[in-house]
Amino acid sequence: MIKQKIVLRFPPHLVENPVIYHLIKDYDLMVNILRADINPKKEGRLMMELSGDELNYQRALEWLQEQGLRIMGLEQQIIWRSDRCTHCGACTVICPTEALAFNRPEMTVSFDEYKCVVCELCLRACPARAMETLVDNANSK
Amino acid sequence: MKVKRSIDEINAKIKSGKAVVYTAEEIIDMVDEKGAEKTAAEVDVVTTGTFGPMCSSGVFLNVGHPTPRIKLNEVYLNSVPAYAGIAAVDLYLGATALPHGDPANRNHPGDFIYGGGHVIEDLVAGKEIRMEASAYGTDCYPMKKVDTSFRLSEINEATLYNPRNAYQNYNVAVNLGPKTIYTYMGVLKTNMGNANYSSAGQLSPLFNDPLLKTIGIGTRIFLGGGIGYVAWHGTQHNPSAKKAENDTPVSPGATLALIGDLKQMEARWLRGLSFLGYGATMQVGMGVPIPILNEEIMRYCAVRDEDIKAPVVDYYRGYPYKEGGELALVSYSDLKSGSITVKGQQVPTASLSSYAGAREIAFTLKEWIESGRFTLTAPSALLPSVEAGIKLKALPQRDPDDKEVR
Repeated sequence: MIKQKIVLRFPPHLVENPVIYHLIKDYDLMVNILRADINPKKEGRLMMELSGDELNYQRALEWLQEQGLRIMGLEQQIIWRSDRCTHCGACTVICPTEALAFNRPEMTVSFDEYKCVVCELCLRACPARAMETLVDNANSK
Repeated sequence: MKVKRSIDEINAKIKSGKAVVYTAEEIIDMVDEKGAEKTAAEVDVVTTGTFGPMCSSGVFLNVGHPTPRIKLNEVYLNSVPAYAGIAAVDLYLGATALPHGDPANRNHPGDFIYGGGHVIEDLVAGKEIRMEASAYGTDCYPMKKVDTSFRLSEINEATLYNPRNAYQNYNVAVNLGPKTIYTYMGVLKTNMGNANYSSAGQLSPLFNDPLLKTIGIGTRIFLGGGIGYVAWHGTQHNPSAKKAENDTPVSPGATLALIGDLKQMEARWLRGLSFLGYGATMQVGMGVPIPILNEEIMRYCAVRDEDIKAPVVDYYRGYPYKEGGELALVSYSDLKSGSITVKGQQVPTASLSSYAGAREIAFTLKEWIESGRFTLTAPSALLPSVEAGIKLKALPQRDPDDKEVR
């Protein structure tokens, strides 16, 4: 058994393909969609947790790549720009998963990208705008 | 007083590299161990610091004359309007000014991604600033339009002048309402989902000199990474705010107006901020050295977070509509622990002011004094304190047509 959180990036011409259907039907995977959106350039982004047989999982990833989709780890989606962070801590009560946490007694902010679920609430809640996304998403400004 | 020390004596020690300096955080345990009198005999200066959003900040600029000369009327710096209602090429750029055509809150909550504070940060960082300006033209100032760019080093003066900084205490903001609100105290979740505060507490300058016995006009300070001065008392200065036993106020109290040459400051300590749904502002780093003139001043500098209390205020109705009073008084040690209890409910806390930044400022100032590059100044006049009997006023809301009332 394997359980992984991944992000699929769809080029515009693949946005309308029923990818999830194939993951379930052809590869017997369990799919838990965390988030999906399409940006103004018609590029799609699908964040999900996949679980199932390891061999099936690997074959599914190969198939996805053959289709022309980009596969990324969920932890690569949000960037904490430590040079812009003033360590106030305003983000830490907005972050729902404690990926952004306040360390005591240092009184500094830290970011654990593996706990991040890419809700993107921090992007606008940070007054110094120290949080960034990799790409232009439909929900980020 | 058993200990007596003058500013001149302190400066002589600074110049000989022998001054004993501690931060307001370090000094707490020393006073606890040895007592105020003994510590005062040993320590010359205590340094403080704070690094929080301070809206009442801005910069006076003199950009020099083009050829032919111009009397600036409407001026935009990186699209952000600057006030030109003073002499020909003098300007004032405020930290909260928004670019011409900014959508503000038309799509609520607005982003306020760039404003006056960001222009100031860019200026200090040495970036090129675009200036678009117009004028009506006069015989002495014929030029009517300029579209150019300049860097900080290319203009005559840039004087940071902040009418209100370094608030001695501030509200802890919560939201008692049924929907998320977007305030200058940050995003506040429904039903007291979070409590936001903004003070360095025990490191904050005015908590360490609560009755303004040493800080006055002309006090030399750390300002924006460089050297600045206390210019005056700040706007909304309220030395009459109710005090606790240790003389620290339990609500927003004294404030400072600060001044300094922007050209020797650092962008790190003057940061443009974007408050979702509220506006743009600037985070200002400042710190004040407190001369230990006697054991009484020493005792004030030893104040700790446990003994400084801030009022919890509802920003859904309470603050905007001046309804109801404070919901609770909480200590800065509770606020800094990450959770407070308000009306029996556990509420997670977050700060808008950077304590790590405040700490760094206090240490930097300490290092400056120890190395002899920063000496203290005696104030040329003290600021209004309790005796002044200041009472904060609200704006009169008269009906201009109602002659009877007047």
